[in-house]
Amino acid sequence: MPSIRLRLGRPLFGAALAFSAGLLITGLPHPVAAAGDSYDLAIKDHKFVPDVLEVPAGRKVKLVVKNQDATPEEFDSDQLHREKVITGGKEGVIYIGPLDPGTYEFIGEYHAATAKGRIIAK
Amino acid sequence: MLATAIIVFREVLEAALVIGIVVAATKGIAGRSRWVSLGLVAGVLAASLVAAFAGTISDMVEGMGQEVFDAGVLFAAVVMLGWHNVWMGRHGREIAAQMSSVGADVQAGRRPLYALSIVVGLAVLREGSEVVLFVYGIAAAGQSGAGEMVAGGVLGLAAGVLAGLVTYFGLVRIPIRRLFTVTSWLILLLAAGMAAQGAGFLMQAGFLPSVGGTLWNTSQILSETSIVGRVLHTLVGYIAEPDGLQVIFYAVTVAVIFGLMRLTRPSPRLASTRASRTVEA
Repeated sequence: MPSIRLRLGRPLFGAALAFSAGLLITGLPHPVAAAGDSYDLAIKDHKFVPDVLEVPAGRKVKLVVKNQDATPEEFDSDQLHREKVITGGKEGVIYIGPLDPGTYEFIGEYHAATAKGRIIAK
Repeated sequence: MLATAIIVFREVLEAALVIGIVVAATKGIAGRSRWVSLGLVAGVLAASLVAAFAGTISDMVEGMGQEVFDAGVLFAAVVMLGWHNVWMGRHGREIAAQMSSVGADVQAGRRPLYALSIVVGLAVLREGSEVVLFVYGIAAAGQSGAGEMVAGGVLGLAAGVLAGLVTYFGLVRIPIRRLFTVTSWLILLLAAGMAAQGAGFLMQAGFLPSVGGTLWNTSQILSETSIVGRVLHTLVGYIAEPDGLQVIFYAVTVAVIFGLMRLTRPSPRLASTRASRTVEA
């Protein structure tokens, strides 16, 4: 009896692994629409510069976030569903959209008191 | 101090809820505390490592290393949770029968406890590395009041752990025969939510396209930033403004895990004979 259970278990586990591996692999090598509008956003003294960014609505937009502070910061927006840690002195790329017209708030989670900004999609 | 406490709490909360459910789902199984502790310790160590190499990880995969890593961690957890559920669908009845008649721990050596150990480790890893980076950032900036920061961190950690304990003790009050049904459902939704979150990371990295944009917006009714929204986000994958692709990932995960549970579940008659036989042995 036990051996039957074991033999039944393995292929299932394998199938589950293959499922997730498939999800990852199909996702990995083809960045969709690498071209497109690119917007720069800097983090300086735990503030975003600029703190209001206008982007076109209905299009995929590339956001280049440059952290000019020495400390790590996490770009975090619940409205945009984006969170990305950018370590000190580095830059990170975040793709957003296509967005409906409107205002989307974001913060630097590690310094939420000062690091606040908005993206306005028009 | 409060700001530090809130951020640490936010991160710890998610891991604590996951662990609370996982530990409840393994009630009465011999050796579970060893596996859970192993997952915890490995998770904390891995979180520190990931934080230390955050810059390097970020630079991989053409600058999208972090998203790929996060998505990978989430999908691995989804697989482990799904595997647990499929296993429980086949053996949960026997375990419950043994436990209520024997009233003691059961030896279930073939139980894939390692799967849940990995889930615990991954939950701690993902949230923990962010806590480490955050605390490091404050420490490195040399802001005044290091003592206050530590106090805030400890407070946030304690509050998070408390939430995990409430989850656990709330769940284990459920009679054992129902408990595994409840935890199976919780784990199913937990896994689906993680899959939707993983899809979000791959979209953020530009590897997967948005499908139909934001499908609905319930942030006016229940914001994801609120505590309730946060808890529901972790537990059932609540997203106030989900993308179509995330909804698809959610639905497919539920369908696949549920389907596998149904397909592999023994017929009730067989299960009860098997259960009574195990008890006699």
